[in-house]
This record gives sequence, structure tokens and C-alpha cells, in this order.
Amino acid sequence: MKILVIEDDQEAAGYLVKGLAESGHVADQVADGETGFMMARGGEYDVLIVDRMLPKLDGLSVVESLRREGEDVPILFLSALGDVDDRVKGLKAGGDDYLTKPYAFSELLARLEALVRRANPAEVETSLDVGGLSVDLLTRRVLRGGTEIMLQPREFKLLEYLMRHAGQIVTRTMLLENVWDYHFDPQTNVIDVHISRLRSKIDKDFEAPLLHTVRGAGYCLREPD
Amino acid sequence: MAPGTVSVSLISANLISPRVYRTTTFKMALVYLVFFGISSFALLGFVYWSTAGISTSQTDKIIDAEITGLAEQYRANGMPGVVEIVRERAKNQRQSLYLLVNLARQTLAGNLTTWPDVETEEGGWLEFPYTRPVGGKSVTHQARARHLVLGGGFQLLVGRDVQERLRIERIMQTSLAWAVALTLGLGLIGGLFMSRNLLRRVEVINRTSRDIMAGDLHQRIPVSGSEDELDRLAKNLNDMLEQIERLVVGMRQVTDNIAHDLRSPLNRLRSRLEVTLMSDSSQEDYKLALTQTVEEVEGVLETFNALLNIAKAESGGPDEAFEPVNISRLAEDMAELYDPVAEDKSITLQTEIADGLSILGNAQLLSQALANLLDNGVKYTPAGGAINLLLRPDETGVELIVADSGPGIPADDRDRVLDRFVRLESHRNSLGSGLGLSLVKAVAQRHDARLSLDNNLPGLRVSLRFPLGSGTL
Repeated sequence: MKILVIEDDQEAAGYLVKGLAESGHVADQVADGETGFMMARGGEYDVLIVDRMLPKLDGLSVVESLRREGEDVPILFLSALGDVDDRVKGLKAGGDDYLTKPYAFSELLARLEALVRRANPAEVETSLDVGGLSVDLLTRRVLRGGTEIMLQPREFKLLEYLMRHAGQIVTRTMLLENVWDYHFDPQTNVIDVHISRLRSKIDKDFEAPLLHTVRGAGYCLREPD
Repeated sequence: MAPGTVSVSLISANLISPRVYRTTTFKMALVYLVFFGISSFALLGFVYWSTAGISTSQTDKIIDAEITGLAEQYRANGMPGVVEIVRERAKNQRQSLYLLVNLARQTLAGNLTTWPDVETEEGGWLEFPYTRPVGGKSVTHQARARHLVLGGGFQLLVGRDVQERLRIERIMQTSLAWAVALTLGLGLIGGLFMSRNLLRRVEVINRTSRDIMAGDLHQRIPVSGSEDELDRLAKNLNDMLEQIERLVVGMRQVTDNIAHDLRSPLNRLRSRLEVTLMSDSSQEDYKLALTQTVEEVEGVLETFNALLNIAKAESGGPDEAFEPVNISRLAEDMAELYDPVAEDKSITLQTEIADGLSILGNAQLLSQALANLLDNGVKYTPAGGAINLLLRPDETGVELIVADSGPGIPADDRDRVLDRFVRLESHRNSLGSGLGLSLVKAVAQRHDARLSLDNNLPGLRVSLRFPLGSGTL
């Protein structure tokens, strides 16, 4: 994907652009809000990464201005301001996601991919299907290979999130935020346990596993090879 | 006038600093003084005016009565009768004055020597000075008289000596002036002293603030004990100082802790990187070193974030971002999050959560505190044990209890474990930063909740009592 990075810390931005390039993406970087705004309005980028504190025009204003002009490109705020209030401000201004510095690069990458996917939804979905596992979002029935799988409400929500991001890496923090709505990381890795529960329900009796753990990054639900 | 002299002498004597004149109290005293001066002047003026008026009209009535009597005498007995009576009265009366003259203004009778040389006012009234003998000397007195024209060119003057009345009037005028002057003077002095007194007490507050600004955070403003508004102000300021000092000390503690606890992992990190760079390592070795470095950094950041969270929870305003939180739901959700974790360790997580309880608070902070308690529970409870999560209304609000059947905390250590980075010796080897309970304590403080650690026989029982005052719905 094509990414615009609006970030005034040249060194941090350099690493970021390099990391994105290593991951197979094309990234441009500008160091101030004004230039960032000018470049973003062309509509040639798939996603924007915007710092909050920028010279000339701050990040919030850049995003607000873009949204006022009807620009609907997905935007991720990347900021050292990490309070719940700051996050709310960023999302209100028109940001789609908010990541606090310092961040793990894998976390950023996972979120970017989730954002771009969300930006191109194939009409309104009533059912999801990945490798023979199907979820009916209306009746909340889960079937794999014709067998019905019984899930707890939270497990269903977890599975739904994973399936909506099938093929992408989903981090623990993303799951905590989106499935549980917690904006902090518990010390014990509670998510691992929930994932392994879900895995035992959807993968145990089947030959090809769908739900994978990606070491050092998170989880991925994908079609068997 | 007198007040002017008073204030000038006070300034010149330098009894009172010029700052006193700028105080609110002094200005208020001045305004009050002006109103009081005007009203006392009006009051005394009215008394003067009515008294003087009454005595003038009294004099006029007496004169009129005499004239009426003499006129009747004239009608009845003619001129000789009048002369007779005037002579008679002039001899006996001391305050009454008479003069009867003929056409040529020659005195026929009376105790006035000459016809006064003044214009006659309307109604025949006239006022004039005259001389009379007092104790062998002749003195000039003021008189008021009425002029009556009799037939045949005869004219009669009947009057009264008003010297006494004038004297009283003059005394009253002087008294009036003195009274007003005294009122103003005393008021001014009172105002000055009141202001000075107040200024002195305010100055104490100012001095204390300056000391505190200079860095002595232990200073407190003295409270006089009179329970007046200045005392209340001092008490409020002292409470504020207490809070500020607590925060500053907390901040200092955080800084110290960061220095202490982040230094060692950073040092490890640096050593590892340096050693890796020194030796001719293989690609694999570099990769391993870097992977370990990333993990170490991860740990450092986690500690850093935990410290920041605690500081944030401690320093936030009392109602900033507070909203009604369905704590029953919050507890249910958290129990659901931890249930599989406990089950994996063969620990039973038993919940007893009363429905529909709400408190005013910050949901994320409360969740995090509860998560830390459950984390600890899961970490320290041996397999086969149990964790109890209780939420119930009590007489003063809502009580949240997390009790486990682990090793517990010795009574002596229960206060200590709430401090940052304190880990019990027996837990040295298990994972953890020693910040979990510190956050719980900070969140409790922030929500005005009472945190207590007790023996669960066996195990640890942590209770958080949220007061009704914190907004229990």
C-alpha cells in the first residue's frame, strides 16, 4: 500500500519509512503539517500516519481540514500524547486509530493493514467465511465443515474480529481494545488464554488449523495453505 | 478641619504604612465613614434647626402677646394707660424691652434708650443690638422686637433680649461641628487600625507563600483559632499546600524510582550491545542480541508506562473524566477475562457480584486496578486454590473484594507492598515489576476509596470500599 507519513522527527520517520519499505509498502514522508495536508488531499495514498505535534499545522488540524474537504482516506495518529482524553480528541478530529509512542513496529503495521482493509469493505456483510469456517452475523451461528460450534458471546466477538481481519496479523493490544475495550495491557497474557480456548473450539477437531500465533507480533486467522 | 489634621499627623508620624490606605478594609471604612458622617450631620442639623426654630417662635409669641395686651390697654385707657403700663413693665421685666415714642421720636417711656437704627422687616419685626447695664458695665446685647404704630404719631416697640438664645445657638453649632469632626476622626482612626490589623494577618499569609515559593514546602499558614473567614482561608490554603506537597513528593518518588529501576535494565542492555559489538559475532549472534534487546526495551517501556499510569492516577483532579461507571458490569467483564487464565492454572475464580451497582469514576483506571488484583491472585495462588471476587453494597457505598488462597502478605509488610517497586523477598524470582498494588492504591485514592489488605486465612484479601460520596448511584 501507499502510505504518507507526516512526522517531524526525521530520524524516527526515517526508520518508519524504512520499516514500511521492508514490509513491502511505499511510504513518503513530510515533516510539517502544511505540506502534509497539501500532499494528502490529492487522494493518492491508501493510509496516512500523522503525528500530533507538527510544525506549521498540528496533526489534529491537518486531519480536521482533510475531513472537512471530504477526504476519507484512513488515518492513524501516532503520538506521544497517550491519555484516554488525547485518544478521544484524535478520534473525534477524524482519525481512525490512535497509537501511542513508543510503539512496536509490528503493532503499527498490523493496525495499518486493518485500517486499509476497513476502508474498502465489500458491501455490508451478514456472514463471514474463512477456509470452511463460517459465521452468520445475524443468527450468530458458527459452522465448520457442517458441524456447529458453540461459542460464548465474547468468544464470538473475538472470532468475528479475527475473521474480519482474516489473513492479517492482529495484535494483543488490538484485541484488548476492540474486543474488550480495555486501553491498558494486563500483566498476565490473558489474551493468549482466550485465543487458545477459541482455537480448541474451532481448530481442535480439524486437520488444518486456521488460527495461528505469530511470534512476537500477535495472531492471524487465515485459510489453510 | 479636625479629621484632616488627624490623618496628616498619622502619615507624617509614620505610624501606619502607606499600604494600609490601599487595603480594601480601609476603603470600605472610608465609604462607611462618608455615609455615617452625612447621616450624623443630617441628624444633628435637624435637632439644631428644630430647637432654634422653636425658641425663635417662642420669643415671637411672647412679643405678640404683650403687643395684644398693650393694644387693648390703649383702646381702653388711651395713651396715658399705655404709658403707665410700659413704665411699670419696663421697671420689672429683665428680658422684655419697651420703647414708646412720640411723633418727634422722643422717648415717653421704656427701658430702651434710643429708637434702633435698622430697617423694619415685614410684619413690623426688627432685630438690632442695644446696650444695657450689667453689673455696672454697659454691654451690647442682641434684641428682637416688633413695631406697633399707635394713633397720633405715637409708636411703640416691644421686644425681647435674645442674647441668651443666640449664645445657645452658637454652642449648638460648635457642638455640631465637633460631633461631626469627632465622628469622622474616630471613624478614620478605627478604619486605619482595622485595616492595619487585617493587613498584618494577610501579611502573614503572604510571608508564608513567599517562603513556600522559595522552596520550603513544609511551611503552613498559622491559624489564629478564631474560626473567622481568614482562618477558613488559611485552612483551605493549608489543605491545598498539603495536596501540593503530596504531589511533589510523589513526583520526586517517581523520578527516583525511574532512576533506580530503569537504570539496571538499561545497563544490561548497553553491556549486551557493547559486548556483541566487540566480538566478531556471526549474523546469528547479532540477530539474537538484537532480539533480546528488543525484549529488554519492551520490559523497560512497560515499567515506564506503569509508573506513568500510577503518577497519572495519583495526580488527576478529583472529577476529571469521571462518569458513572457500572461497576457490576465492569467486575463481570473482568472476571470473564480472567476466568480462563485461572482455570488454566487449576484455580477456581468464584464471583459474587451484586447487580446494577454504579459509582462515579474512571472505567479504565478501575478496570486496570481490578485486573492487577486478579493478576496477583492468579500469580500467587497455588493450583487447586480459589480466588473470590465479591462486589456488594455496604452501608457506606460499594465494597469490592478480591480474596485468594495464596501465601498472603505478612501483617508487617501490608503497608509496604503498596509502595512502588516493593516486592516481597519470597517473590523475588517470580515475574512482576512491584507496581501492581501501587496502581491499585493510586486508583483507590483517586476514587476516595478505602483500600485495606487483610488475612484471608489463608491468603490475601484486598478490599476496596468506594464511598457514597464518590457518587454511588
